[in-house]
Amino acid sequence: MHGLVNRSIQCFIRDTYGMDTWQAVVQAAELGFDNFEAMLSYEDSVTHQVIFAAAKILDKPAHTMLEDIGTYLICHKNVGYLRRLLRFGGDTFLEFLLSVDELPDRARLAVPELKLPALELSEVSPGAFSLVMAAEPLGFGHVAMGILRAMADDYGALVYLEYAGLQHGNEIVSVQLLESSFAEGRTFDLAIGV
Amino acid sequence: MGMCDPVVSMPPKILDRLLPMHLLLDAAGVITRVGPTLEKLRGDETLTGQRLDDVFALRRGGGKCWSAQLEDLVHSRLRLHFCRPPCTTFKGILMPMPDGGYLLNLSFGIAVIDAVREYRLTSSDFAPTDLAVEMLYLVEANTAVLDESKKLNMRLQGARLAAEQQASTDTLTGLKNRRAMDEVLARMSFLNSSFAVMQLDLDFFKAVNDTMGHAAGDKVLQVVAQILTNETRMIDLVARVGGDEFVLIFDQMDDVDQLVKIAERIIARLEEPVVFEGKTCIISGSVGLAISSFYDQPDVDKILSDADLALYASKHAGRARVTIYSPELRANPLPEPSDLPELTNAVSS
Repeated sequence: MHGLVNRSIQCFIRDTYGMDTWQAVVQAAELGFDNFEAMLSYEDSVTHQVIFAAAKILDKPAHTMLEDIGTYLICHKNVGYLRRLLRFGGDTFLEFLLSVDELPDRARLAVPELKLPALELSEVSPGAFSLVMAAEPLGFGHVAMGILRAMADDYGALVYLEYAGLQHGNEIVSVQLLESSFAEGRTFDLAIGV
Repeated sequence: MGMCDPVVSMPPKILDRLLPMHLLLDAAGVITRVGPTLEKLRGDETLTGQRLDDVFALRRGGGKCWSAQLEDLVHSRLRLHFCRPPCTTFKGILMPMPDGGYLLNLSFGIAVIDAVREYRLTSSDFAPTDLAVEMLYLVEANTAVLDESKKLNMRLQGARLAAEQQASTDTLTGLKNRRAMDEVLARMSFLNSSFAVMQLDLDFFKAVNDTMGHAAGDKVLQVVAQILTNETRMIDLVARVGGDEFVLIFDQMDDVDQLVKIAERIIARLEEPVVFEGKTCIISGSVGLAISSFYDQPDVDKILSDADLALYASKHAGRARVTIYSPELRANPLPEPSDLPELTNAVSS
């Protein structure tokens, strides 16, 4: 798994639960080092060890923690750049949602080695969407739930999300867009630092 | 020529959406219509009705008045900028229209990054097919990635410096090692700077090691290192080049009296007893001194070996003293070091 993914998990644990918890995860996962490097790659098994060790230490189901990671990636001040990059997807949550299948390509433009699972969005009925993503590696569906929930808040949209499970090697997330402008969203300037 | 209604088959709303930074000009170069994004850039200023060359300066051709030759500019790539601040630059293309006027379409080109900031543009200010927003995304993504890469590089650089530091440092005492000493001497030789070399051997150290063990010996060496560091300046080099052998190099120093004083002070401090696990270790030191100003053409190896010879003379003369190198030392060879009795009165309870 790419270092950016691993580093995100580390920062999530560190920023949410503190340095001691991260150290405990390092020990429990038998990492043999204290920090992931964002620009290096690691074996997938390392990522799995970290997730299982952290879920055990935090006494949380792994899928809940993965969803929290997704929310963290958008909401925490330490990773503000990701929220901004995603906001380039569109002016409204709907536009953003319709552009999510560009995400793996966008990610690859920025970091050629970063491979995100292929995903596809289809409109099941008006306002109801189904996000289908390759379950390789498994678990990104839960992270996507956290991200979508946080992005909906960011745009001020009201959505209902449900993890619909695994089908034919894909993770399915159902998205219902109830109201596009339910609340005042956060502002987004194309120019950085305005 | 008056303002004429442009004969454009395309409804203006479509033109505005597809080319939000376009201008329509009449045959004389007067602006007759402005796209919404371009309009936004000038704030309250009305562009319609102004002459093109009053609004834009052309960055192309030898300063020709470009309104006089609009027809010469069609179909070619143009670079232009606002005449009045902010002097944003544009890329553009000028096309002739069926009515005898022109269509000038502009884009920010690479200046889009600054323009977005300057004019607070949003994605709706660009045509949906325009890659400007993708470009902004890329710039931002690259900045974030570059930041991470920079951090990684800095950490690697830090690790490298630490490794180099270790490689030139004696791990037991923290002093420099022979490698570091060779580097410093090579540099001084290259710079032709004046310097002094002190060769220092500990006296009775072997006895400490033999009777009290290596832990005691290590402790003594650490104390010695501390003394040598304290008694020298920051710019001097103190290296441990063997078990109980040290070399001190004094940069820009040729005052013999001063150097002898330093050596004597070092010896005096080495003779202060060191207590280790309730037992007292007593050592001393012998010093040989050579100074680059002794030589017409200082040679690093020769100076080192002369200082060593002087050190040997100190040992031979009964230890715990300083000898300054002189050519007589070479003329009258002394017995081999192994002939010297190793004193064993180093330890007392």
